[in-house]
Amino acid sequence: MSVARLSRRHVTQSLGVVLATFALPSPLAFGQAPANVPFSLRNNRKLEGWIRLEADGTVMVFTGKAELGQGILTALAQIAAEELDVGFDKIRMVSADTSRGPDEQYTFGSQSVEQGGGAIRAAGAEARGILVAAAARRFGVRAEELKVSNGTVVAADGRRATFWELANEGAGLLKGDIALAAAPKKPGDYAIVGKSVNRIDLPGKLTGAPSYVQDIRLPGMVFARVVRPPRYGARLLACDEAAVRARPGVVAVISDGNFLAVAAGREEQAIAARDALAASAHWSDDAVELPDMASLRTELQKLRAETIVVGTAGQSEPVPAQARRMSAEYSRAYLSHAAIGPSCAVAWLKDGRMTVWSHTQGAFPLRGDLAKVLGMQNGEVDVVHVPGAGCYGHNGADDVALDAALVARAVPGAPVKLQWMRDDEFAWAPFGPGMAMKVEAALGSDGRIVDWSYDVWSNSHAMRPGQAGGVNLLAAWDLKTPFVKSPAPHIPQPFGDGDRNAVPSYELPRKEIRNHLLLDAPVRNGSFRTLGSHGNIFAIESFMDELAEAAGSDPLAFRLAHLRDPRAQAVLRVAADKAGWAPGRKGDGQRGRGLAFCRYKSIGMYAAVVVDVEVDRKTGVIKVLRVVMAADIGLVVNPDGAKNQLEGGIVQAVSLALKEQVTFDRRQITSRDWSGYSVLTFSEVPNIDIVLVQRSDPPLGAGEGSLPPTSAALANAFAHATGRRLRELPMTPERVKATLS
Amino acid sequence: MTYRITVNGESHEVAAAPETPLLYVLRNDLGLNGPKFGCGLGQCGACAALVGGKLTRTCSVALADIKDAPIVTLEGLGTLQRPHPLQKAFIDAQAAQCGYCSNGMIMAAKALLDRNPKPSDEEIKDALADQLCRCGTHNRIVSAIRKAAMEPVR
Repeated sequence: MSVARLSRRHVTQSLGVVLATFALPSPLAFGQAPANVPFSLRNNRKLEGWIRLEADGTVMVFTGKAELGQGILTALAQIAAEELDVGFDKIRMVSADTSRGPDEQYTFGSQSVEQGGGAIRAAGAEARGILVAAAARRFGVRAEELKVSNGTVVAADGRRATFWELANEGAGLLKGDIALAAAPKKPGDYAIVGKSVNRIDLPGKLTGAPSYVQDIRLPGMVFARVVRPPRYGARLLACDEAAVRARPGVVAVISDGNFLAVAAGREEQAIAARDALAASAHWSDDAVELPDMASLRTELQKLRAETIVVGTAGQSEPVPAQARRMSAEYSRAYLSHAAIGPSCAVAWLKDGRMTVWSHTQGAFPLRGDLAKVLGMQNGEVDVVHVPGAGCYGHNGADDVALDAALVARAVPGAPVKLQWMRDDEFAWAPFGPGMAMKVEAALGSDGRIVDWSYDVWSNSHAMRPGQAGGVNLLAAWDLKTPFVKSPAPHIPQPFGDGDRNAVPSYELPRKEIRNHLLLDAPVRNGSFRTLGSHGNIFAIESFMDELAEAAGSDPLAFRLAHLRDPRAQAVLRVAADKAGWAPGRKGDGQRGRGLAFCRYKSIGMYAAVVVDVEVDRKTGVIKVLRVVMAADIGLVVNPDGAKNQLEGGIVQAVSLALKEQVTFDRRQITSRDWSGYSVLTFSEVPNIDIVLVQRSDPPLGAGEGSLPPTSAALANAFAHATGRRLRELPMTPERVKATLS
Repeated sequence: MTYRITVNGESHEVAAAPETPLLYVLRNDLGLNGPKFGCGLGQCGACAALVGGKLTRTCSVALADIKDAPIVTLEGLGTLQRPHPLQKAFIDAQAAQCGYCSNGMIMAAKALLDRNPKPSDEEIKDALADQLCRCGTHNRIVSAIRKAAMEPVR
């Protein structure tokens, strides 16, 4: 394969992509100076767009970020209460709503505290400053002489006024551009931020209060279901619409190209009608040839690719002649989001306006793509975020929103609730792409790495709606007049796409890292938690252990010797201490221990993990006994909430490493229910110890960074236990037995 | 067909086809949010409720088969103002992320504590063996159930 060294501009042009549509913050947005404008404020400068004092003594806080189960609304409410100096219980959060909230594009990449929190922090400080100034005028004193507590401004002589009384003085008081005139609090003065508080949404969710998009009930609402083709590429030849229309309760059958859906008065009627419609449908024999799962790594390497060098150093220097060269290849399977609840949306076409309630990660980008497909103006479509089941990336949320809107268009005036069935979700939602990785490195005579060469092959992990050049919604490609997919955007380092975390955080004097973005996408792909980081860190950290062994070094010492960043060294040392890491300890054939490190996205949170495993050599089952993680996530808003996220990531990473793979034959996806796609169950979940090691500004994000090093440390623990290395994920019993035999 | 069923202590008359899965009656006719649609195949447990005191996958049981078995859903345990000890323990332990599986977890725990008020961790994990959680809150769920088991019986 030839390696083209394309400039970033060239690549961007050749892929026909406008970078700005992806709304990535520049690297400068991280760790910004106070004078800079927080990322989410840049296009949402109006104070009233973020904060509004309500007549009932509460504060309405608007955010463009969405509650995905990660507890972000609670964390943002803490920040708002902190900066405003009002009680935490007085904050009411309004989340991602195109009709009344700021456009913060997507909730992804572990950036919500940094971006959305940064904006709310600035808006809160601004509002507090304005209200204190108003009180100063009222009392005829200087603002510095006033104190604020619980939303009340108090003068030295005891006179007082609440924020709400002060706001009544002038209707325009809390309106207009945020001037960034008031300095936010210093972290040392925080009273609410940094404290563990209970999630504001959980009491309702745990007692059956309406909380999810699945719980929306509107007058006259009908229930809808879709019928998807049996496989990628199949075209609808015929179906018996009339017979389905005659079934009990059916109010509409929608057939448009390859898109088939049905609506009925009752949910079970819609499901029965779906079955009847599916049974009556005849599809062409067309299929997209899928990769051979048995040799996924080499199959991926055969696809057409756009190759970009994403990291390089020291190439003009020769590699020392006596250096010892080693190489290894790795792979990761396609992964399903596998949320417990299938994707769902409610859509309502009323008086020429389409309103869609959705658990999307990007209400505004989704609105844009919906409007395009529906032939409506952006202003005629609203998308309102309502939580769904757990969201770990680009799942079917956006697709089902279009499905529901297409049905709603066929039954104007009636709200339509459409939930995918389990097989719709497993077969048609975008997957985390399969990945192939190759590392080659050279060790110098001093046992240090003197050369590093890395390749990663995968499809784009970034196929969300709202990108230029097409529409990224499933049904849009199936309509009689179809829309084309948007081309994959180029996501530059340090964020990266399939190459996220492909550039190691280690000090490497000579290195070259190449990302092979695969252009043919036989399997539908999208963003799954950490994008390429999970696969890349698995390969890099596995290989670091292989190099350490070759160098006769302890894995911990070998890593520390190649790290200069004290925060990176700190998490490794803390994790090792907590786990009782003993250099030189040998695995006994069954039990073993592995270590891994990752600085997520190279600029986000730091995590080091120690994993203990026990391998049943007869059954091939790997049991994870204990996971110890040290994490530095920068400023911590809600310590328990952050730990919950890190724990969840660890469990998910163990599940991914041991069990998870989307299965397919050469024609179609075959993992279509929970018997075909296994996730970790209670008895398999390890004990988990987490240490949060540092708490300084700025926040580094906690939503994703615990996954990549956990899968990698698990692989290292298996190698330590057995002396054999598994270089393909998942490490299924079959693979374990084959490796050990 | 009309059927009379007793849910959370109240009697309801519902008109639906006999084969209608109980889940849709609970959610759509009775407006309950606790039981959730997860798979419709009896594999994940998100739709669980107690039917005649037994943990039941409501997606896989027909309305006509309920007869006079009393049904208890998540809403029948406690309320926002007066949560059941299990619900309170889940809140205290923050034993959820998305919360979509929580209904099944709490109902399975209720069924367990009804027959075994002081279970070991192993017994808790056994009772939840067929309840799926994707967010990875398993350990918090086990610890919440352990704590709830220490509360006086209500």
